[in-house]
Amino acid sequence: MQPTQPRGKLKVFLGYAAGVGKTYQMLSEAHELKRKGHDVVVGYFEPHGRQDTIARTEGLEMIPRRRVEYRGTAFEEMDTAAILARHPEVAVVDEFPHTNVPGSERAKRWQDVDVLLDAGIDVLTTMNIQHLESLNDHVWQISGVRVRETIPDWVVQQADQVVMVDLAPEALLNRLLRGVVYSPERAKKALENFFQESTLVALRELALRQAAHEVEFRQDGLNATQSAGSGPQQPSEEIPAPRVERILIHVTPDPSTAMVIRRGKRMADYLHADCFAVAVHKQADAESVPAPEREALERHLNFARNLHIEARLLQGDDVAETLLEFARLNGVTQLFLARPQEHRVPAFLRRNLVHEVVALARDMQVTIVAERKRG
Amino acid sequence: MGTTRRPTPDEMLRLIQAEEEGRARGRLKVFLGYASGVGKSFRMLDEGRRRKERGEDVVIGAIQPQTSDEVADCIRKLEVVPLLFIDQKPVMDVPAILKRHPRVCLVDGLAYDNPPGSTNLSRWEDVRDLLAAGVSVITTINIQYIAELGPRVEKITHKHVTQSVPRSFLYNADEIVVVDAPPDTTSQGEGTTAEEDSARARMLSELREIALLLAADVVDHQLESYLRRNGLSTTFGAQERILVCVTPRANARPMIDSGRRNADRFHGELIVAHVRQPKMRPDYQAALESHLAYARKMDAQVEILEGDEAVDAILTFARERGVTQIFVGHSLEKGWLQRLRGSHVDRIIRGADGMDVRVFPH
Repeated sequence: MQPTQPRGKLKVFLGYAAGVGKTYQMLSEAHELKRKGHDVVVGYFEPHGRQDTIARTEGLEMIPRRRVEYRGTAFEEMDTAAILARHPEVAVVDEFPHTNVPGSERAKRWQDVDVLLDAGIDVLTTMNIQHLESLNDHVWQISGVRVRETIPDWVVQQADQVVMVDLAPEALLNRLLRGVVYSPERAKKALENFFQESTLVALRELALRQAAHEVEFRQDGLNATQSAGSGPQQPSEEIPAPRVERILIHVTPDPSTAMVIRRGKRMADYLHADCFAVAVHKQADAESVPAPEREALERHLNFARNLHIEARLLQGDDVAETLLEFARLNGVTQLFLARPQEHRVPAFLRRNLVHEVVALARDMQVTIVAERKRG
Repeated sequence: MGTTRRPTPDEMLRLIQAEEEGRARGRLKVFLGYASGVGKSFRMLDEGRRRKERGEDVVIGAIQPQTSDEVADCIRKLEVVPLLFIDQKPVMDVPAILKRHPRVCLVDGLAYDNPPGSTNLSRWEDVRDLLAAGVSVITTINIQYIAELGPRVEKITHKHVTQSVPRSFLYNADEIVVVDAPPDTTSQGEGTTAEEDSARARMLSELREIALLLAADVVDHQLESYLRRNGLSTTFGAQERILVCVTPRANARPMIDSGRRNADRFHGELIVAHVRQPKMRPDYQAALESHLAYARKMDAQVEILEGDEAVDAILTFARERGVTQIFVGHSLEKGWLQRLRGSHVDRIIRGADGMDVRVFPH
């Protein structure tokens, strides 16, 4: 075990697409730190064949990657153990959301970074907004791409700084067409998904708003300036003191649950609210829940836990009543439910959970989360 | 920036017409910063240098006195149109630039006030003239010089600035890039206390947040105009837009308060709407007026919608304006379950494609 030492500081360079210059800016900062006398190494660097960026690594110490065999193919991963042994002051680690090849000590690169931070090493890293878990549906809606490599929001929130690396989409498209970002074949493919102008503009707006949110989130730790108008909006005397919000997300086996969880958690983060996720089964004991249903529930509850949501599986004959009882006991102010599926059965013949919950929740707000669709 | 809103279709039409007329105009690119020393001028000059290397005709029209070696290096590689001096005060030589007519002109300090006796009062008007003549401009500005943000920034910095550029000028820029460099808060400044450093860090952080949000708003405008130009109506902007539906009998205040908090937290837009009903009872009319007055006080945009079908009117409006959350109230009286089925609330839930619906108990 490491002796007790202050945890390293994490700085994230946030972009909205490949080629905006995240790695370049990160390496520039590494040079700057080195010039100031800090001990800096490159822990992992992804060249992508970009000459400008590759040139930027010159003069920086590189920790060789580790070769990993998986199903007969050789992969190269960051050598976390070697970085720990070298123990620099600062490590540069490209591609924060990367998933390690199966069989690696840790599943995700952000977990490797966590180990470096725990050892007291400062880390500079890069990521694109597409990889933030709570924006997964939104990104899909914008781009049609379901991003698999995601980072839970709390991991990014733990960073000491998040810097927006901005570039106008037109300039980015120019770079792509000039072959700076990708090889011609990859560039052609990229133009078909993320690299459409409207997609880039929308992703960029998402990234700017997220960066602003990250900045605001970190202001709480700083002394307020003399003025009262420190917040974005002048609180007038008529506004009652913000009440403490508590959000409860209803978890079902239905795939739409992931969307409800992300949306509810994002709302909770922005409102500084506590967040619960609850599934209800009717069987007397959890064991007798049919296997596919139980597995889906467990998967969704685990997904919620990974996002730092307190998740529970409850038993109750009446789903609406069980949810409401839990909500009241825990001081919940807002319930998040999936939108009811359209059925062939006429509406008046069906039991509808939304109706029942709305009717019972006389003291709470109920949010019915829209299914995000591709327009 | 809770007051920025999505343009109406008419405004969009005017915008598009303006764009059509502007084909021969130069392009405007703005590097936006939140403090001096974040590197805006360098980014501008570096871009000028790179463009020149790629064969574009680039000149420097105006540059602030610089100290950094990197910047001086860039300046050496570029052609400079010398500044004019009026009463020993510098001003950009617009006639000389127009005569030289480069493809791109670099103009530092967009908010700079010209000395008395100049053709234009401010440098941004000089830039406007260059653009009109077909010269593209790359320029820099700090958020404290944006007219509409002045009062807010002044509260944070306690510094009064007189120079300013209207925000609409930035909204019409072809490109805006935020130069984001978080303040170095790790080291204590010389001769300052930890408290002073912390207050300064907070101040810079607040300014930085404003700059990022302003850039996001400009980008949102660009996205709007792009979608409209291409005949797309998909609402996938990143901005939250909250529509609170009020009726005379609604318990409107909690809904509006909640909407306000939400809009503030997400830096989104708050709209309070009511569907006009013919022959309303006087006491209902009075209650409604009071709700709408409260909405205005809470800085919401108030909209009176027309339509025979309230639900249709609301949903049509919500789609048009790219609403992401609809707030509705429902009253709980006897026979609620029957009432809920096929009720307004129910129909809004079913019809609100792609929007969250938040139901408030009354």
